[in-house]
Amino acid sequence: MFSETRKNDHLLLLLFAIVTLAGPILLAPLGAGYPDLLQRFCIFGIFAIGFNILFGLTGYLSFGHAAFLGVGSYSAVWMFKLLTMNVIPALILAVLIAGLFSLLIGYISLRRSGIYFSILTLAFAQMSFSLAYSVLTPITNGETGLQLSLKDPRILDATNTSGSLPSTNLFGLTMNSTAKVDFLGMTLQFNIGFYFCAIMLIIAFYISMRIFRSPFGLMLRAIKTNQTRLNYTGINTRPYTLAAFVISGMYAGLAGGLMACTDPLAGAERMQWTASGEVVLMTILGGAGTLLGPVLGAGFIKYFENIFSKINDNVLHNTFAFLPDGLEDFVVSILHVFVGKGWHLTLGVLFMMVVIFLPGGLIEGANRILSWLRTRGKAGDNTAESKETTTTKTAVNPAE
Amino acid sequence: MDSILLQILNGLDKGSAYALIALGLTLIFGTLGVVNFAHGALFMIGAFCVVTLQRILNISTVKIDPSKTDFLGNPLEVKTPYVVNWFGEATGNAIINWSVPLAILLAIPVMLLIGYAMERGLIKHFYKRPHADQILVTFGLAIVLQEIIKAFYGANPIPAPAPELFRGSFDFGVLLGMAENSVIYPYWRLIYFAFSALIIGLVFAFLKFTTFGMVVRAGMADRETVGLLGINIDRKFTFMFAIAAVVAGLAGVMYAPINSPNYHMGMDFLVLSFVVVVVGGMGSLPGAVLAGFLLGILESFASMNQVKSFFEALFLPSIDQIIIYLVAIIILLTRPRGLMGRKGVMEE
Repeated sequence: MFSETRKNDHLLLLLFAIVTLAGPILLAPLGAGYPDLLQRFCIFGIFAIGFNILFGLTGYLSFGHAAFLGVGSYSAVWMFKLLTMNVIPALILAVLIAGLFSLLIGYISLRRSGIYFSILTLAFAQMSFSLAYSVLTPITNGETGLQLSLKDPRILDATNTSGSLPSTNLFGLTMNSTAKVDFLGMTLQFNIGFYFCAIMLIIAFYISMRIFRSPFGLMLRAIKTNQTRLNYTGINTRPYTLAAFVISGMYAGLAGGLMACTDPLAGAERMQWTASGEVVLMTILGGAGTLLGPVLGAGFIKYFENIFSKINDNVLHNTFAFLPDGLEDFVVSILHVFVGKGWHLTLGVLFMMVVIFLPGGLIEGANRILSWLRTRGKAGDNTAESKETTTTKTAVNPAE
Repeated sequence: MDSILLQILNGLDKGSAYALIALGLTLIFGTLGVVNFAHGALFMIGAFCVVTLQRILNISTVKIDPSKTDFLGNPLEVKTPYVVNWFGEATGNAIINWSVPLAILLAIPVMLLIGYAMERGLIKHFYKRPHADQILVTFGLAIVLQEIIKAFYGANPIPAPAPELFRGSFDFGVLLGMAENSVIYPYWRLIYFAFSALIIGLVFAFLKFTTFGMVVRAGMADRETVGLLGINIDRKFTFMFAIAAVVAGLAGVMYAPINSPNYHMGMDFLVLSFVVVVVGGMGSLPGAVLAGFLLGILESFASMNQVKSFFEALFLPSIDQIIIYLVAIIILLTRPRGLMGRKGVMEE
C-alpha cells in the first residue's frame, strides 16, 4: 500500500493519527464508540506494536509478554498508591520496571533461540504469574488484586477529604471524564482517558515506525532471515535481540501502565499465558512484521470479543427465529458454545484458522485481494509474473 | 531421615506425571520435529476420560419410592445405575468403584484416535512451515480443546475418587523399622509411580526390542535415509505420535484421583513439562524421564520447612514455587544442551 519513502511514511503516520483521534466518531456507528472499548483498542494496540518489534522483526516468538504487562500494571498502581494520582510518574515507573524485568528475562531466555526461547519465556511468565498469586502477595495483593484505598499515603497529592477514592488524572484532567455530544442521532463520547491512550498509541506507532526504518531495524530483520550468516560475518547478534526484547517489554509495560491509568487496579490474571497468547494472536492476525498489522489485529480482536461476549441465548434465538423450531434450537445450541463465555473457544478456532490459512494476517489478505483485483484488471496477461512479484512483496512486507 | 524419605516419595508422583508428559513431548519432537503445545491438553483429555466413564456408569434409572421421604418431605427418589441392574448389586458397584482403572480401557482407543487424527489432520501440514507456526497452531489447538472440555464439563474441578481398596495410606516407616506413622504415603500415589514406571518401561522396550521400534529409532537418527530404504517412515511416525498421545492420556487418567480433573490442568503441567524437557535435553528420551523425576523430587524437597527457612535466610522466600525455574536457568546457563541432550538438536 505504502512504499518506503519518507513522504509516504509521514502520510501514513498522519492518516493513522487522524483515524485514531477520530475513533469516537468513526466507531460510534459500529457500536464501539464508548470509552472503555476505545481505550482497550489503544492499549492493546500498543501492546501488539511492542510485541511486533520482537516477533515481527527478529522472529523470536515470546510466549511471556503478558508478564511485562502485569508488571507495568502493578508498578503503576503502586505509584498511584504511594506518590500521586497523576498518570505521568506512574507510566514512567511502569515502563522502567517492565524494561528492567524484561532485561533480566531476556538476558537469560535469549541464550537460546527458536522453540527453546518460546518455552523459556512461557516458563518465566508462568513463574511470575504463580509468584504474583502466592508469594508476592504483600506487593501484588494476591487473588484480590492490587487496589487503591483511602489509607494510601499519596505524598504528593493534597489530602483527600471527600471520602471517596480519587481518580487518576493528568495534571488535573481526570481520566474518566467524558464529554457527550449528540450527533446525527448518535451519542459521541469524547473521553480524556481515551485521548491520552490515543496519543500514547500514536507516539508508540511513530517510534515503531522509526525502528522499522532504522539500521537497527534492518539488523533485526537480518537476524530473522539468517542469524547464522550474521554470526559468521562477525556480528554478535545478542545485543540486538536483547535490545528488541527490552523495547517490546517496555511497550508492554506502557500498555500495562495505561491499563492501570484507565482503571486503577491490577490483578495477576493479566499475566496468565492466555493473555500472552492473545497478544501473539493479535499480531499474527493483523500481520506480523508489518507496521499497521498489530494495531488492526488488536482492534479486530477486542471489537469481536466485545460483540461475542454480549451475545446470549436470547439474542441467538431472536436471530434464528426464522428457522423452524427444531432447527432453531439445534443451531442455537451449537452456537451457544462459541458465544458469551465461550468467546475463548472462538478465539482459539480463529487462531488456528489464521495460522493455517493466512499466516501473513489481515494485511496479507488485503494485499492478496488487491493484487487479485489488479491482475484481473490487466485481463490476465502474464499472471504468473505478477503473482510472483506480489508474493515477494508480501514476504518482505509492505511497510518496509 | 524420615522426612527426607517422605519428600522423595512425595516427589515421585508429580515427577512421574512430568516424566510421562515429557516423554511424550520428546517422542513427538524426536520423530516429527514438532513441539506440541497441545500435549498438556491431551493429558487433560485423559483425565476427563475418567469423568466421562464415571458419568456413563452412573446413568441411572429413577424410581420414586412412596414409602420413604427425603428431608424436604417429598417422596424419595431411588437411583439405581444401569450397571447395577445389569450385573447385579455386587458386580455393578464394583465396576463403579473401579472406574478410574477401567478408564484406561476407554482412554487407550480414544487417545489413539485423537493422536492419529491430530497428526493426519493438522500437524502433517506443518512439517515444512517454520517452527513458530507449529508452536502457534498447536497452541491454538490447546486452547480449543481446553475450551471444548470447559463447555461440556464446566469450569469446576470434578472429583474422581480412586477405588476404595486404594484410598488408605501405606505406612512406610514400619516397613523400614521406624516409628509408626512417621512416613505415611497414600496407596494411590504409589500405584501411580508403579504405573508410570511400567509405561515408561513399555515405551522403551517397544523402541528397543521391536522391529517397529528399531525403524523408528533409525528414522529419528536419519529420516531421509530410512525413507530411501523404502520404508514408509511417515506412517510409523504417525503411529508414534498416537503412542505419545496415549502416554499423555494414561498419565492423565491415573492422575485424576490425585488431582480432580479441571479444564486447565493440562496447561499447568505442560509448562513444567517443557521445563523438564529443556533440562533433560531436547530430543533425549532418557533425559526427559530422568529430569522429570529429578525435578519432581526437587520440588517436593524445596517445600520442606527446613529448606524453606534456609533459603529465606538467603533472601529467597518460598523457594518451592520457583525452584524448578531456577534449576532450569542454571542448567541452561551452564549446560545449554541440557542434562543428556544430543549434539546438533535444536541448535540452529
